[in-house]
Amino acid sequence: MKIILTSTGRTLESEIDSRFGRAAMFILFDTESGDFEVIDNKQNLDAAQGAGIQAAQNVFNTGAKAVITGHCGPKAFAALSAAGIIVYCNATGTVQSMLEQYKNGDLKESQGADVEGHWV
Amino acid sequence: MLRDTGYKPGEDRFMKIAIASGKGGTGKTTLSVNIAQALDSPVVLLDCDVEEPNSRLFLDPKLIGEEVVNTLIPKVDPDKCNGCGACGRFCQFNAIVTFGTKPLVFSEMCHGCGGCARLCPQGAITEVENRIGLISEFSSGNIRLFQGCIDVGVAMAPPLIRALKQKIPEDGLVILDAPPGTTCPVVATLGEVDYVVLVTEPTPFGLNDLTLAVDMVRELGLPFGVIVNRVGVGDDRVQRYCERENISVLLEIPNDRAVAEAYSRGESIVESVPGYKELFAGIMDSIMADYKGGHK
Amino acid sequence: MKELVVISGKGGTGKTSVTASFAVLAESAIVADCDVDAADLHLVLEPEEVKREEFYSGKLASIDNDACSGCGLCAEYCRFEAIKETPQGRYVIDPNNCEGCGVCVQFCPSQAIRFENRLCGEWMLSKTRRGDMAHAKLGVAAENSGKLVSTVRKNAQKLATENGVSLIIIDGPPGIGCPVIASLTGASKVLVVTEPTVSGAHDMKRVLKLARHFEISAAVCVNKWDLNADMTAAIEQTAQELGATLAGRVRYDTSVTKAQIQRKAVVETESPAAEDIRILWKNIVADI
Repeated sequence: MKIILTSTGRTLESEIDSRFGRAAMFILFDTESGDFEVIDNKQNLDAAQGAGIQAAQNVFNTGAKAVITGHCGPKAFAALSAAGIIVYCNATGTVQSMLEQYKNGDLKESQGADVEGHWV
Repeated sequence: MLRDTGYKPGEDRFMKIAIASGKGGTGKTTLSVNIAQALDSPVVLLDCDVEEPNSRLFLDPKLIGEEVVNTLIPKVDPDKCNGCGACGRFCQFNAIVTFGTKPLVFSEMCHGCGGCARLCPQGAITEVENRIGLISEFSSGNIRLFQGCIDVGVAMAPPLIRALKQKIPEDGLVILDAPPGTTCPVVATLGEVDYVVLVTEPTPFGLNDLTLAVDMVRELGLPFGVIVNRVGVGDDRVQRYCERENISVLLEIPNDRAVAEAYSRGESIVESVPGYKELFAGIMDSIMADYKGGHK
Repeated sequence: MKELVVISGKGGTGKTSVTASFAVLAESAIVADCDVDAADLHLVLEPEEVKREEFYSGKLASIDNDACSGCGLCAEYCRFEAIKETPQGRYVIDPNNCEGCGVCVQFCPSQAIRFENRLCGEWMLSKTRRGDMAHAKLGVAAENSGKLVSTVRKNAQKLATENGVSLIIIDGPPGIGCPVIASLTGASKVLVVTEPTVSGAHDMKRVLKLARHFEISAAVCVNKWDLNADMTAAIEQTAQELGATLAGRVRYDTSVTKAQIQRKAVVETESPAAEDIRILWKNIVADI
């Protein structure tokens, strides 16, 4: 199965990017082969509006079944849920450490957005 | 007593005056409220700064009525939708998206263009009303105040401003308190007004922001004049600029700590600082003179 | 890399005068003017432009007169009153009203409508007497999305990385909308410059809630505080209740405008307000 982690850099040693929609990079990790691919989230960083929604669409297009990130807003969460993608929020530390927690089953599936929308 | 502003009710549907400025903090709201208060004749005041409407704070008016403002957003009939995704590919604003299944609608992103509903090959999309804000009507002395207030979480001000402008009566004097800046909510406010008053300060920042605002009203082809607020705080560069550009300076308001303090307490200036009622009342004559003088 | 964002909610509270002074007081910093709608920082820092690029965002429709059959479907379908009939029976799009939705483009039977990226402004990289600067200019009647703000911030981050500078000072936009959010997400510290007025107090509350939402540590400074000492005290109490620290007060001082006229930062002149801003800066630096 493929999963996505939001990352500030291009390696497994990089820190998790706490943002989902405007994350710098996505690390697409294959849990069977252990291979990973780095996806630039540039388009979303530039997006005038709907970065979270576009990011959710990008995640869907990669075929990933789960997302590990810091915070996820309501629109992105709704979009990911509609696509049947599981979301794990509150991730911190390195991509590698979160992967290990994921493999050990230590992560708890989020039931909803953990931050308000960005139009306060 | 009716002041002779040159305005005759019903004569030529006169007159809609917008008070605007290149940036915030120059005294737009203060001027809108105080000009309205200084007149003895009936006036309609429209608070078009729908993200931060605060004309009301300086008037202590009586609430007359409220009206919800809606825009149209798409609604998908899941029985008719076949998940083709045409709507999501069309939408420029990520307001309707598909994931190989049924589309999701994000109402706060929707501009209400109606394209998805028109386009859907299955006829699965209809349009329904969605609340974006509230228009409130108040009364205070000679002033009828209409205030637009956008709901928290809504980012689209222009539709609410357009709805607010529907409240403009057929004739009579109307003052529009515009949002700051030169972006689309301001352009929505200025559409089809008769005259624009640009408020600025006699400082380098004031002049820079004024030139941006002048570019905007010239682009829109509207007649305009300038009020210089807090004269004495800086130099005469704004006045020199206006002279060079052949722009009428309608009024110069002196820098007065008594005014700043009254404003700080949320008080009306024409009511609490002596001499200001006459100063503000005279502005209508200046506007009329400039307007009738065939301002270019 | 640390990013300090100076915002105000309400416009005209002295945000830019404070930012310019910080740029002078900082030993080494990159300055970013994110108030792209009414940029003023350049009037004090007098940047020398090194690079300038056009900035595009969203779309704009335009009608090819030769291909247009004059059927008028576009004007009928447009919800934004952006399409008008010409005396020659053709149609023309008013770019000030066009929202770039693409309805006219999609439904034109003659495929006569072009849909192009919209030029919304320009961004610049410059040198100043106090280090490098990233800034921009938004076009008239453009949509002030957060996108240009994000671009300016990214430019500043790039300048900081290239020059080994560890602090970015950002002059933020007014309000609480999308551009403000874009200027502060992920920043290290936000300083709210407010004034002791009814609207100043009201708007400060809204921006502090915004900062808290994005988990950014916030500090507050009341400018012209002595215009209304009671309200200043009330504002400071509200600020603390909303989790902000008090970074200092700046008194009402006409030399602030005099400095602006001389194209100087307030702290480049001798005045009571300059002293207040020096203390403010010390408190901010200690806390960032």
